[in-house]
Amino acid sequence: MSMKEKFGLLRSSAVPLPDENIDTDQIIPARFLKSTTRDGFGDNLFRDWRYDDQGKMVKDFVLNSPHYSGKILVAGKNFGCGSSREHAAWAIYDYGFRVVISSFFADIFKNNALNNGLLPIVVSDAYLKRLFKTVHKNPATEIGVDLQKQTVEVNELEERFDINHYKKTCMINGYDDIDYLLSLNKEIRAFDLTH
Amino acid sequence: MNDVKPKTIFEKIWDNHVVKRADGYPDALFIDRHFIHEVTSPQAFDGLKKRGINVFNTQRTTATADHNVPTKDQHLPIKEALSRHQVETLRKNCKDFGIELFDLGHPFQGIVHIIGPELGLTLPGMTIVCGDSHTSTHGAFGNIAFGIGTSEVEQVLATQCILQYKPRTMKIEINGKLGKGVVSKDIILYIISQLTSSGATGYFVEYTGDTIRNLSMEARMTICNMSIEMGARGGLIAPDETTFDYIKGRRFSPQDKSFDDKVEEWKKLRTDDGAEYDAVLKFNATDIAPMITYGTNPGMGMRITDRIPKMEELKEISEQVSFKKSLDYMGLEPGSQLIGKAVDYVFIGSCTNARIEDLRLVASMVKGKKKAANVVVWVIPGSKQVEEQARREGLDKIFEAAGFELRSPGCSACLGMNEDKVPVGKYCIATSNRNFEGRQGPKSRTFLASPLSAAAAAITGKVTDVREFV
Repeated sequence: MSMKEKFGLLRSSAVPLPDENIDTDQIIPARFLKSTTRDGFGDNLFRDWRYDDQGKMVKDFVLNSPHYSGKILVAGKNFGCGSSREHAAWAIYDYGFRVVISSFFADIFKNNALNNGLLPIVVSDAYLKRLFKTVHKNPATEIGVDLQKQTVEVNELEERFDINHYKKTCMINGYDDIDYLLSLNKEIRAFDLTH
Repeated sequence: MNDVKPKTIFEKIWDNHVVKRADGYPDALFIDRHFIHEVTSPQAFDGLKKRGINVFNTQRTTATADHNVPTKDQHLPIKEALSRHQVETLRKNCKDFGIELFDLGHPFQGIVHIIGPELGLTLPGMTIVCGDSHTSTHGAFGNIAFGIGTSEVEQVLATQCILQYKPRTMKIEINGKLGKGVVSKDIILYIISQLTSSGATGYFVEYTGDTIRNLSMEARMTICNMSIEMGARGGLIAPDETTFDYIKGRRFSPQDKSFDDKVEEWKKLRTDDGAEYDAVLKFNATDIAPMITYGTNPGMGMRITDRIPKMEELKEISEQVSFKKSLDYMGLEPGSQLIGKAVDYVFIGSCTNARIEDLRLVASMVKGKKKAANVVVWVIPGSKQVEEQARREGLDKIFEAAGFELRSPGCSACLGMNEDKVPVGKYCIATSNRNFEGRQGPKSRTFLASPLSAAAAAITGKVTDVREFV
């Protein structure tokens, strides 16, 4: 079952990663996709940005910074482009993030995130800029996420975000797509015979 | 569904596969063919086991090992333990669940998006998915094909359906005659350079126009393959006589009378006059030249003789930061040219360009010539059948004489999951689809180009305008 926990309210400090077009090969390089389970990918999240080719920690990469931590990743636009590997969503979740905020997500990544209890939030370019500025200025700043109300808030400045009704219900209740599809079994069987 | 409203081919196929459309839910879309491979399927099979359910219809599922396999000594057990375990897990799952597997050593083994079409498993009008973003390749036959994540692989194994919202539609029309040395890879690299790596996100693309019509099936597959590189979920081309000729007589395609009946059906798979798209783009084939990428996403491409943009030519400051970081990674200067830049590796392979026509193109360029001393050249055929065909045609001899290494099929250095990696800091001109940081190995640097341009670079040892050769 892909859903790990129900999602309601979240309030947390954030990790800023302003790079644009962060692709899934950066999130989790292909050579770490050899596992046959869903666990443990967090160790290799952003592997080649966190460690150099000698395996030494890259000090100025944000995940290695002592200043930034939290359950929210704030990233530049077109986050998650490239490969369909769900391992990218697993790695981000496994590392401890529960929300990714950006002004634009790649399609498959967004689906994969939603299927794994990781909430992708699309905000306006202006709001994203403000988030980066605020978090850079004070890394302890907390960002509030209310999925029910579909709002994100920082320093009392709120923005509403879109999420389709079905996926929202799934996130809030911890439902899985398969449960719904399995309930259609009879209709699918009939369809299969005529196609 | 007999609405009178004119429809695009995409809408026709989609609507024909909706098992259930309910208020507040995405469409439950029936999937005709599901391709699986060793990397994105094990967790999905685990899910089935946990739920205690079987694969819905094993006849609609086809497996192969491609992403994580060695391209040397494929007859021996895989040396690397984790890779071996992953391939063995696929074997076990296919056996336990009764799925046909074209395993290492099987005459039909190969890159999943190459074997589907060549075996006649990929047909017009279908819905096709695979846990791989380049599933869009199959769209060249006039079907809806797209990549999915592992949770969705599990959904399809369990129910033969997937829950999806219908994407928007985009028409990309290209007309005119292609210039000397310009091939289908250049067309798609050009389109992506115009749209950027996110310009088609949320859309499903239909490629039209006489330039596309005049392409072979293999060339069309190269175009559809890279639809995802501009963010599109997939891309398709309406089927025509070229499509039907390609399909006829393939191993698993409909035969004889059944084939003729199907062709009549497939001929209806075209966009109606007056059907509306959410976006329409037009390009001129004469504007397209041999292309190359200079950055770390496929949208960062240019004509091979152009200069890399200067910082001040970029509009947004945020863009400038990513741009600078990208060029630093590549070891390149803004405003500089790539022509004459020395390369260390040449990779001819991947689901984008590892079909027999690609190998023929390369062979036609290198016949009687030798590779430059400073380059290592890997030719990785897309499938066992491509490899055999290349040998029958004597292409292997041409490659050998040129100092190229012809290996066994797999995804190889396209994503560097196996041992075929470009070393730290080295430049590789590649016929594959992604130039992301570290894609071909940690700190590797990739220039994406056509098989012709890659072959030219193999001979000269540097980035070369192929038009000087043809």
